[in-house]
Amino acid sequence: MALYRAHVLVCGEPRCVARGAQEVQAALVAKLEELGLGQEIQVLETTALGHGDQGPEIVVYPEGTHYVNLTPDDARLIAEEHLLKGRPVTRLIYKELPTEPLPPPAAKEVRVVLRNIGKIDPESIDDYIAEEGYQALAKVLSEMTPQQVIDEVLRSGLRGRGGAGFPAGKKWAFAAAQPGPDKYLICNGDEGDPGAFMNRRVLEGDPHAVIEGMIIAGYATGAHQGYFYVRAEYPIAVRTLRIAIQQARDYGLLGKNILGSGFDFDLELRMGAGAFVCGEETALMASIEGQRGMPRTRPPFPAVKGLWGKPTNINNVETYANVPQIILKGAEWFAARGTEKSKGTKTFAVAGKVKRTGLIEVPFGITLREIVYDVGGGILNDKKFKAVQTGGPMGGCIPEQYLDTPVDYETLGQLGSIMGSGGFVVMDEDTCMVDIARFFMEFAQDESCGKCVPCRVGTRRMLEILEDICAGKGQPGDIERLEALAQEVRLGSLCGLGQGAPNPVLSTIKYFRHEYEAHIYDHKCPAKVCKGLIEYKIDPAACTGCTACARNCPVSCITGKPKQTHVIDPEICIRCGICQQVCKFGAVLVE
Amino acid sequence: MGEVEMSHVQTLVERHHADPEALVEILRELNQQSGYLTRETIVAVAEALRLPVSQVFSVASFYSMISLAPVGRHVIRFCEDAPCHMVGGRQVWQALEAALGIKFGETTPDGEWTLLPTSCIGLCAVGPVMMVDNDVYGNLTPEKVPEILARYAGGAQ
Repeated sequence: MALYRAHVLVCGEPRCVARGAQEVQAALVAKLEELGLGQEIQVLETTALGHGDQGPEIVVYPEGTHYVNLTPDDARLIAEEHLLKGRPVTRLIYKELPTEPLPPPAAKEVRVVLRNIGKIDPESIDDYIAEEGYQALAKVLSEMTPQQVIDEVLRSGLRGRGGAGFPAGKKWAFAAAQPGPDKYLICNGDEGDPGAFMNRRVLEGDPHAVIEGMIIAGYATGAHQGYFYVRAEYPIAVRTLRIAIQQARDYGLLGKNILGSGFDFDLELRMGAGAFVCGEETALMASIEGQRGMPRTRPPFPAVKGLWGKPTNINNVETYANVPQIILKGAEWFAARGTEKSKGTKTFAVAGKVKRTGLIEVPFGITLREIVYDVGGGILNDKKFKAVQTGGPMGGCIPEQYLDTPVDYETLGQLGSIMGSGGFVVMDEDTCMVDIARFFMEFAQDESCGKCVPCRVGTRRMLEILEDICAGKGQPGDIERLEALAQEVRLGSLCGLGQGAPNPVLSTIKYFRHEYEAHIYDHKCPAKVCKGLIEYKIDPAACTGCTACARNCPVSCITGKPKQTHVIDPEICIRCGICQQVCKFGAVLVE
Repeated sequence: MGEVEMSHVQTLVERHHADPEALVEILRELNQQSGYLTRETIVAVAEALRLPVSQVFSVASFYSMISLAPVGRHVIRFCEDAPCHMVGGRQVWQALEAALGIKFGETTPDGEWTLLPTSCIGLCAVGPVMMVDNDVYGNLTPEKVPEILARYAGGAQ
């Protein structure tokens, strides 16, 4: 038996072969022969090595060195450098990025904020610098006055990306106009909208873009201390930020006399503790100050009186992340994309019943249809599109007839929804819109801070009505009661949570009233979701009596002898759907 | 409350320079260390920061990641929001309750598992999603539940 001193495993999966794995293997084997190593090193073809999209790939044992994206020339190099001379070729080794990579951009995507995600190592400031990182800061500190920076951001048309869409330059101008010297900057990283994860990816994958934006904002507004407020549910983002902040300090990009300009600015991290309402700016500041995260009235606005009573500029992660590119490439470049009042690009977190979920970045003005079908790949299992919910729990559901609407702040508002932070949940024919409204109202109820009676009690009452409707106990007049309550909650609430909580209900009533009516008057759930309104029945024509359903039923509500038609007892049935999943004959129907 | 815990509180408070504004941070860190906060801990924090006990309690009871009730050795936080629900969350929810023999919000009698719903944790593209302690699991199906739970059995992890 030959004794080999090293083994090389080559991935022979079809995907790798399609990318030239066989040529790579042949080159490797040939070179090893040429170097006289053919008897010492065994080359084996194997199944997937784990990084499917990075083939051709090999692993060298006993070291376990994993090389990816190889060409035949790379293979020859590895043979000579690593296998003969014992020097691994580091530039070809697989580098595990702490965050998952983004798929390549779809045709209609334009990646500005997302440009570095998955391409650079977020724990390497050098990687960021190599991608024009901190050049905008250098330009600002050496060539521009604070007022010029504000003017540039104003001209770009950048609107706050957290949801309200207030012009960022205007906000900065307010803070800049306040007397110093104590002023603060806050980055709102408390992304809590169900369905939203854009900020998480940016903080995890390109933290320096946000840091650079904040330093520039600090210079423009006259703030010397900034705070990141990040939700505790994002531990990787917290870790990446801590590392990035320290690296920036080490490089003199944070701290005193940045780049020799005389400008001091530093950043600290603060974490949330699980309260959605702390995404609201005044609640966020209360949380930093060690209190319950409850909003307060505005005016005074944070720009005038914010953290510890001092002028504070607070912006979303994505707003800051856009700033370095605007400074480097100019306001005109930014404003060239988008619509008349909504300039630039926006990230969206596409979730729900689409083929391609995940993060995208597209220019404003793209239509809903393009996002769902061109970028999202269309509806999962080719089912029928029903609605898209934009803007998170304070947003609305938009039905099929508006799919060709170009997306911007104004158009979404006109349709009864909001831009929000970029949540984009796609629903199909199997989604019950009343159930969805109930879900979002439950969320609002859970997260209501309790300060305002209309929000605290109003959302509870609305939720009770929605739960009754979904359970089949809806009463005539419920829809009207929901609409009336919605007005009171909206008008009587101090902050965006209460003001927006009725939106999912109102928009689903507006566009899907027939579903509400079916629940209440016909005791039917058209989408067959609401447990109290559906029945699982076995079709005697299709049932073969195989007993699979009865054996798998968690509540043993199915009776029947082998080879005879089985029957479900609707009184005991909990509508879990397991019987339908295990039936191989399509004999379980939902009505 | 034993000596060890008291010194924990003292160390933490000193690290934050006994600043009452660090209250949320201190409570969150204590909760992460011990899973939940006892009455004694709340009182100790209040004394260390020179704050009224009622104020510390009011802050502790506000934030969902600070627990005032005992939790099991392992805590499951399952996302209960719409985007996860729509892609099969309900079936996984039921599978979790069935596998552990408890309902959401409860702890198993042997003190091993606490099952809690949580608001969106930002992993919607791979829903349904849950956290077991600090580990995150996505693309959940009812079939995967027993296998994931088994990884934590017998003192492992």
